Amino acid sequence: MPQNPDPAQHLLSPYRVLDLTDQRGLLCGKILADLGADVVQVEPPSGSPARKLGPFYQDQPEPEKSLYWWSYAANKRGITLDLETGKGKELLLRLAATAHFVIESADLGYMDGLGLGYDRLAEVNPALVMVSITPFGQDGPYANYNAPDIVGTALGGFMWLTGDADRPPVRVSSPHFYLHGSAAGATGAMLAHTHRALTGQGQRVDVSCQQAVARTLAHAPQQWDVNKVLLTRMGVYRQTSGDNVVRISWPCKDGYINYSAGGGGGGSAASTRALLQWMDEEGLGDEYLNSVNWEGLGYGEMRAELMVRVIDPLMRFFSAHTRAELVEGSVQRRILMFPVSTPKDILAHPHLAAREYFQEIHHEELGATFTYPGPFIKDMQGSRLGLRLQPPVIGQHNTDIYQGELGLTPSEMASLESEGVI
Amino acid sequence: MAPEPQPRPLDGLKVLDFCWVAVGPMITKYLAEYGATVIRVESSKRPDTLRSGAPLKDDIPGINRSGYFANYNANKLGAAIDMRHPKAKGLILKLASWADLLTENFTPGTMESWGMGFDDLKKINPKLVMFSTSMLGRGGPMEKQPGFGAVLSSLAGLTFITGWPDRDPVNPYGAYTDFIGPKFAVASILAGLDYSRRTGEGMHLDMSQLEASLHFTAPFMLDQEVNNREHTRMGNRDPDAAPHGVYQCQGEERWIAIACFSDQEWQTLGGIIEKSGQDWPRQDRFSTLQARKQHEDELDRLMGEWTSDWDSQELMRTLQAQGVAAGVVNDCRDLFSDAQLTHQEHYVYLDHPELGVYATERSEVRLSLTPGKLDRPSPLLGQDTHLALTEVVGITEEEYQALEADGVLI
Repeated sequence: MPQNPDPAQHLLSPYRVLDLTDQRGLLCGKILADLGADVVQVEPPSGSPARKLGPFYQDQPEPEKSLYWWSYAANKRGITLDLETGKGKELLLRLAATAHFVIESADLGYMDGLGLGYDRLAEVNPALVMVSITPFGQDGPYANYNAPDIVGTALGGFMWLTGDADRPPVRVSSPHFYLHGSAAGATGAMLAHTHRALTGQGQRVDVSCQQAVARTLAHAPQQWDVNKVLLTRMGVYRQTSGDNVVRISWPCKDGYINYSAGGGGGGSAASTRALLQWMDEEGLGDEYLNSVNWEGLGYGEMRAELMVRVIDPLMRFFSAHTRAELVEGSVQRRILMFPVSTPKDILAHPHLAAREYFQEIHHEELGATFTYPGPFIKDMQGSRLGLRLQPPVIGQHNTDIYQGELGLTPSEMASLESEGVI
Repeated sequence: MAPEPQPRPLDGLKVLDFCWVAVGPMITKYLAEYGATVIRVESSKRPDTLRSGAPLKDDIPGINRSGYFANYNANKLGAAIDMRHPKAKGLILKLASWADLLTENFTPGTMESWGMGFDDLKKINPKLVMFSTSMLGRGGPMEKQPGFGAVLSSLAGLTFITGWPDRDPVNPYGAYTDFIGPKFAVASILAGLDYSRRTGEGMHLDMSQLEASLHFTAPFMLDQEVNNREHTRMGNRDPDAAPHGVYQCQGEERWIAIACFSDQEWQTLGGIIEKSGQDWPRQDRFSTLQARKQHEDELDRLMGEWTSDWDSQELMRTLQAQGVAAGVVNDCRDLFSDAQLTHQEHYVYLDHPELGVYATERSEVRLSLTPGKLDRPSPLLGQDTHLALTEVVGITEEEYQALEADGVLI
């Protein structure tokens, strides 16, 4: 996608975000940065703790080589500042006085303890929107719980529903708990911003990652609330309601695909018909399945006695085909089928390639160019959003901000550096 | 005297909402919770699929009985308009000139086929922000492929990394990416509206649910690209922690997640285990993270033996009191009594004419000055057609009667 040469024309260009988050909150500022805000990541002088998270470029565990950092710091600028020193606090207050947003993800009470809590920041800037991303929100019985991803995901109800029935519940093998909360933080930031834009009033936004995860459970909580039906994990199957069970993961000739047989609207019955016809064309059709009134079934309705009849004919058909064959055919025939993709498949995906989704970012410090996921949304009339900047190296924009904006002299900066403030 | 109603940040925002199924309605629910006037356009000729989605109250079929639909459509006005009726277009264009924001998640091309693509709409409302979302986004060879979130998790690489290393991958529960997309979408919509307010220029924002979801796996795509390493499923393990798993507690299907990232956390946990008369945590093979990783199968077995004597809630409180990361695996019944979610009033209860009192989920963000509020149950199909068209949008009673007589409002 062509980039707008004038980033001042991006959706959120007029706005400055001070991003104080660690690995638990980086995505919030990344979303605002991709929408065009000037996001300045404020790191301790030794670098953000997120820089210690792998995987690493060429497996070298160095602060400038964390791929986690790259993923969620690209498009931000970066400065260093020790908020635990008096001069550091003073500089932060000066920056906060003209910022539009402050985002933080520190342990509960940490910012208040530094004298940099919302009340203090609001004194210097009443229009400021401050977003706090924490596992459980700012108060309540779990507020001080130690909550790495697996603990939060368990308490959010996600794990109970995922995994094989004969083994413990599982999580996705990459941390999502804080990603859900920090992405929701961008929603909260923009809601508060809208009020500020209209009234000039700032406020505090309190985000709960547990609540964010508890909102990823589709209709499972409603099944309990409305009909007192408790859904459980079913491995390759999916329980759509009470005794309705649909198989979604299937082996094929060279891997796995997802396919969900069913009826009702949303293209579901039509998709099933299209697959049955394809099977017929290849002499692998099934008379009974052809006779089912798919159009008359509800969305997700699949009785066990029907599912049993579905398995064998579909297994026969899928195992005769590769993933590529099945995907190509399903695109042509509008069948609800997708491959179980690996990262390699995704990087080479023809649809993503045609849309020029992946974009290159040049890393000055490594003298190399890397392919990044592109913007999560497209501006159909132009490109008033998108990737502009490489993830900052430690302290990359100190001079721009401290000298250029706050007017410190080079010698003042040198002494702050020698005191370990920046 | 009644207290002044609290202002909400989106008071006065006018939304014409064609979204259906899960992802779209979840996006516009945030807007409605925070004060926007959302007119949800439907038709009894082609009702939202979610209206027949389980749970149907008491398992009795009915277009207004789905708890799934009711959760995502609270606070919205329901208007019935047959979009394919020849006389619908004039009405829809009126609605589009009323609106600040139009939202839809049809297959790309559908709005255009009705003469309501962005190019048509901007002529009558140059400030309009249009938001579209689809599985794979507008443009590209697969743009029209139908689908739903349960399988899109696989295309986004999430299924491949979920499950046990010795078994087939399993899909993350439900239409998982449907619940990732909104977190990117709402911020984008509000950014677009801000831009439109400042510049007078509208825009069409189009979100590929796949492309948004890939931001959740970005580090692994970079790992594949720069290191040629394929990240795969690890059950519940984590390379930087041990123990790191889910262990069985007393009772049927009661589980607890426990994780120790530092040796200090492990020593605290070991101390608690030793109090129950066991000395295995002191063994050398468990003394460092590296050693525990090496003997993790055995560690998991011993952990599971130890936790099986505990009540899961009591064990969570005991471990957390000493700073050890532990959390019960809440099932969907537990969520409604979870101490923290209850404290946060995560579920808001509304009284619906056909469902009775039902739970709808509050947003996960709390604004100190202008909080959201869920105070209106999801609409019965076409319930607010008259109100929305006359009082909200402002067509005359005569126009309304004519449209009704022509069979447009069904």
